[in-house]
Amino acid sequence: MTDRHSIASLILRYLLLVWIALIFLFPLVFMVVSSLKPDLQLLRDSASVRAFLPVGDISIDNYGLAAERAPIARFVFNSLFVTATTVVLSLILCSMAAFSFVFLQWRGRGVVLAIILATFIVPFETIAIPLLLVVNNLPWIGIDGFRIGWINSYQVQIIPWIADALTIFLFVQFFKDLPKDLIEAARVDGASWFQIYRRVVMPLCGPVLATAAILKFLVMYNQYIWPLMVTQSEDYRPVMVGLQYFFQLNTAWGEVMAYLSLITVPVLAFYLVLQRAFISSIASTGIKG
Amino acid sequence: MTLNGALKTTLSVLALSAVGVAAQAQTPLSLWYHGAGNPVERDVLIGLIEDFNTSQSDWVIELAEFPQASYNESVVAAGLAGNLPDIVDVDGPIMPNWAWAGYLQPLDLPDGTTDGFLPGTLGYWNGELYTVGLWDAAVAVLARRSVLDEHGIRIPTLDEPWDLEEFDAALTTLQASGDFDYPFDVGMAWTGEWYPYAFGPFLQSFGGDILDASVPTAEGVLNGDAGLDFGDWWQSLFDRDMVPGVSQDAADRETGFVDGNYAMQWNGNWAVLSALETFGDDLLILPAPDFGNGPTIGAASWQFGVSSTTEHADGANQFIEFMLQDEYLAAFSDALGLIPATASAAAISEYYSEGGPLEVFYGLSEAQARLRAVTPGYLVAALEFEKAMSDIASGADVADTLDAATDAINDDLERNNGYQ
Repeated sequence: MTDRHSIASLILRYLLLVWIALIFLFPLVFMVVSSLKPDLQLLRDSASVRAFLPVGDISIDNYGLAAERAPIARFVFNSLFVTATTVVLSLILCSMAAFSFVFLQWRGRGVVLAIILATFIVPFETIAIPLLLVVNNLPWIGIDGFRIGWINSYQVQIIPWIADALTIFLFVQFFKDLPKDLIEAARVDGASWFQIYRRVVMPLCGPVLATAAILKFLVMYNQYIWPLMVTQSEDYRPVMVGLQYFFQLNTAWGEVMAYLSLITVPVLAFYLVLQRAFISSIASTGIKG
Repeated sequence: MTLNGALKTTLSVLALSAVGVAAQAQTPLSLWYHGAGNPVERDVLIGLIEDFNTSQSDWVIELAEFPQASYNESVVAAGLAGNLPDIVDVDGPIMPNWAWAGYLQPLDLPDGTTDGFLPGTLGYWNGELYTVGLWDAAVAVLARRSVLDEHGIRIPTLDEPWDLEEFDAALTTLQASGDFDYPFDVGMAWTGEWYPYAFGPFLQSFGGDILDASVPTAEGVLNGDAGLDFGDWWQSLFDRDMVPGVSQDAADRETGFVDGNYAMQWNGNWAVLSALETFGDDLLILPAPDFGNGPTIGAASWQFGVSSTTEHADGANQFIEFMLQDEYLAAFSDALGLIPATASAAAISEYYSEGGPLEVFYGLSEAQARLRAVTPGYLVAALEFEKAMSDIASGADVADTLDAATDAINDDLERNNGYQ
């Protein structure tokens, strides 16, 4: 009786989990399936369950048409380059900042950390225009020589986004839970602070690195307003600005779905690579040592 | 290498160098255009630019394309940062705002260049011509001859459009037939500029307007007697289920008329070709009804102007003058279905020449088109009008909603000193 009860409970639980998983999968399935349909069929199917089924006039024509409409490879490269560079630099800089807040003794660190965390409540839109005016007057030396103004460049999409309160906060929280004995032992052995950071602390940071990387990746890959303001040339535009290429007077929805399917691939790949560490990090947030 | 070969090679190098020097001698002019993502439009524009670049030796156009949906934000950001291009294109009703904001300077074209252009293609502000368009757009009532004949509904003409009573009677008849989900579709799914562009003319035909640009104020214009009459009628369309409401699905807007779910549809010339493919000769392109103050449709589409910061206004004006040749007006029309700016261009175009499938739109644009309020305050007024139309359609009190919109528009005018 108990066994049967527990089996029924298990089946029920799995059915519920499958149902929840399907709810999360449906938008992706809809996107990919719709990318294979002509516009009229896509719109007609959208009101029924056919929207999730690869039925009717199926082809990959929308992918070819989307590639004709916008330089997709260029946009994806730009986004990946900007995102990857920002994520790497952000992990380095923010972890260093967090290290100094947690392990180094210096006057006012609590106040400085509080000020940094307070920037959580400042929406980007409120600083967008002042930031635009600042970057437009900054000098830069690149392969094409010296120039004033960062508009139309990669650095204007990377540098303002390297440091952020959330990433610093994540590292601060993680560092606080590390055993202090480790740091003290390293100090006793004569290690410098940088050696402790690099050889003792960072090797233990796998989960928080994965979490911070995924969160930063999503923020950067989905950037829209800022690149819209600072990229006037197609050469530097990222994928989200590129999405606007598809919204014409008569929007070709099949091409929109094809484009979205293509630009979603890097996000899914990145998540799949880091998912084990990400889940481990999320799971460990409630455990105190 | 023979002597002959060496001579040929030397001459070729010299010739290429000469071309290079000529190209270098041409001063670059930057042109920003809103058509990114539209390969057909791009091809026409690229062809035009190549023609201009080879037609003279002083200037070379360098094109930067932006997606239309975010074009205005890009230009405003560039205006703030002080790096506007030499030539910009701008949506007609936005032009006064950009001129007022200092992004544009008046055009300097030879006398007579724009003679014969449709009024909606000329961007005047404060008595000066700031922009000029190669085309206009127009809205009409799309219907089927077979449907109107079957239900005994008179087919209106430019000279004798439906009046309010006749239009309402037609809607009632079509609704009573039970053949359609809705007798009419105004396109509530198309939010944004569609609302003031498509529905503002209804208000104008009732005798009101979004605002009176000459004062400027919305008081007594948007919320006056005519405005209230319009608001009551507008709300009644939704109360009586004559049109789909604010929750209309974009897919239904796209396919509802061609699928036969809507008996008639309020739509633009850019969307007519698909209906024409479906219905052929049965398709009717009908003029706007006359609600008492003359039948009206919106005017002004995308136009070209010279930025205020350019150091090469002479070259920019020369390029715009070059663009205004009939062959380019017709080329854009043929590629995109737009209404050519002149009758002579319409005559050589595929769709608008005599007997062409969209010829009627040229007449509509000529006879019924009226500019949206020509004031920098239009940007805010259009947003307030859109919100009011949506709220009234959803059942909000007409007088209160129009009063609130009027107050918001006038507050903005006051904050900006009337955009003087």
